[in-house]
Amino acid sequence: MKRVQAAALQGKKGTAVRAGVRNRPRLTMSRKKSLVGLLFVTPWLAGFFIFFASPLVQAVTYSLNKVTITASGRKMTYVGLGNYQDIFLKDAYFVDRLLNFLKEIVLELPLILVFSLVIAILLNQSVRGRGIFRTLFFLPIIVVSGPVMQMLISSGSTTIPLIEQYGLYELIEEVVPKFLQEPVTGLFRELLLILWYSGVPTLIFLAGLQKIDGTLYEASYMDGASSWVSFWKIVLPSIKGMILINSIYVTVFLATSELNEVIDLIRSNMLNASKGFGIASAMAWIYSVCILVIIGLCYFLFGRTDGSDKPGRRGRKGGKR
Amino acid sequence: MKKGFAKCFLSWRTKLIGRPGHRGWLFKAMIYVLLVSIGFVYLYPVLGMFVTSLMGLPDLLDAAVKWVPTAVTFDNYREALDVMRVKETLINSVVGALLPSLAQTAVCALTGYGLARYQVPFKKLILGLLIVTFVVPPYVLLVPNYVMFSDYGLLGTLKTLIYPAMLGQGMKSAIFVLIFMQFFRQTPLSLDEAARVDGAGEARIFFGIAVPLAVPAFIISFLFSFVWYWNETYFTALYLNGNNIGDTTKVSTMLLELQNFDAMYKQRVQQVASWGASVMGESVANEAIKMAATVITILPLLILYFCLQKYFVEGIDRTGITGE
Repeated sequence: MKRVQAAALQGKKGTAVRAGVRNRPRLTMSRKKSLVGLLFVTPWLAGFFIFFASPLVQAVTYSLNKVTITASGRKMTYVGLGNYQDIFLKDAYFVDRLLNFLKEIVLELPLILVFSLVIAILLNQSVRGRGIFRTLFFLPIIVVSGPVMQMLISSGSTTIPLIEQYGLYELIEEVVPKFLQEPVTGLFRELLLILWYSGVPTLIFLAGLQKIDGTLYEASYMDGASSWVSFWKIVLPSIKGMILINSIYVTVFLATSELNEVIDLIRSNMLNASKGFGIASAMAWIYSVCILVIIGLCYFLFGRTDGSDKPGRRGRKGGKR
Repeated sequence: MKKGFAKCFLSWRTKLIGRPGHRGWLFKAMIYVLLVSIGFVYLYPVLGMFVTSLMGLPDLLDAAVKWVPTAVTFDNYREALDVMRVKETLINSVVGALLPSLAQTAVCALTGYGLARYQVPFKKLILGLLIVTFVVPPYVLLVPNYVMFSDYGLLGTLKTLIYPAMLGQGMKSAIFVLIFMQFFRQTPLSLDEAARVDGAGEARIFFGIAVPLAVPAFIISFLFSFVWYWNETYFTALYLNGNNIGDTTKVSTMLLELQNFDAMYKQRVQQVASWGASVMGESVANEAIKMAATVITILPLLILYFCLQKYFVEGIDRTGITGE
């Protein structure tokens, strides 16, 4: 009886099963397996609806309303897209700061990624005192997220005084096209800050690097590959996923950091009695969409899988060879 | 002639730069120089902070004393510990960081495993939503969440931090899910299959195979969550204190105390003054005391890292078959 059922299930599912799943007896269990998978994800889904989706819907309604807080509670008057219009037409700062932030991120993101990858590779070498270095390089993680960072910035520890002394900024003004000048000078001013921001990505890269099998390097060396080649052919493809994660992380980190000017604006508007939470919500929405676009770009650049993580596709590739 | 030159060049090149498997000394020197100089950038301000925290008042005022205090004093620490009420706030800080991070790590591991290893229905959609949860600035959700917590009477307790973490909506949960996904994807499927042939259930496979293989991911995610929860002040201030900071009846953490250090210091000095001392007028905590307070808040994190670092490296050696 059971067998008949199983056969029926197989007949029904057989065509629907994706090419990605191997042709194993597992095929008949694919539905069961997907349910098990769903079980693993359930807590997160529940959390998503309780702590994310429902507050989000509320935030959307706020953004379409004029929210005023009175003694008797919140009062909402529907204004449609008025808040959004106001942001673009009336607000003096938002568009400006948003554009600045976008320029900044385009310049800083690649730098942080490169810095952190280089540091991770250096830390992964067999050097003496590796433990000490690793401890040292963990400092940014502790410091950047805390109040210490603000202290450092205000005390000027994150700038290099030499740059100003040697007239680098004048040079930049001559060489760099005008619309990029401000971000580029800012970049040099914050070079050390960027190094500080590289802490978390470095650790993520390091973890990824350590997952690479050492025998791969050996094999490539036997085949006559130099370290340069093995970097491009072994290291980079294996940590491609980590690059994506890191680029998302850095983008969001820069975007939501308390030092960010746009966030500052959103926050101050939130507590502003005359404009209120409606405007703040609308701003946060526009901002979120911009960040999403950047992340979409990152995904487009680093996220396209080349088959290394899907067993089915790799099998096909092997067959072609 | 030309050949000789080439040979000479090559042999020098090997000596200086080396070949894979054996680095030349120039290559090594470069690595050290880079490591040391980047390390210096990180260490310099922190070291400065530490040194300043040990200085007495005369050293602080003396412009000639910058790095080596003439007399080391721990009074700053004593004062800072007092002002921050460390006895009471330390436990809040530890619990408020530990429980959410543990919960968050566990749930993110489950989610990451499910998404990496199973054909979950609507997987693409779930992944998209995951990214959205990460991208939407948490400030958007601040007011709705605040209202919700106050409706359920959770405000002012650490539950406001623990409950979202338990359901995978803690601080930056999405990045942990992504990290776990990446790790679970890298472990070979053949191990799963072998276990399944031997009759292991899905739960057994997860705890017996996947978890031990992803130890570094667990360590990373726990470490990061702990640090982030520890350092978080904006949301904790709002959820725990409801904006009346300084109200000692409410739950407070060390970081919150640090944030309001000046106010707390003033309050304490006034208290002391009213008991008969002759301190009058405005009193501001000096640099050294503030630095001491900062060092105190960083110290637990450093200790944690020292403890976990061993496992962080070890976990990687234990991974068995890597790559497939």
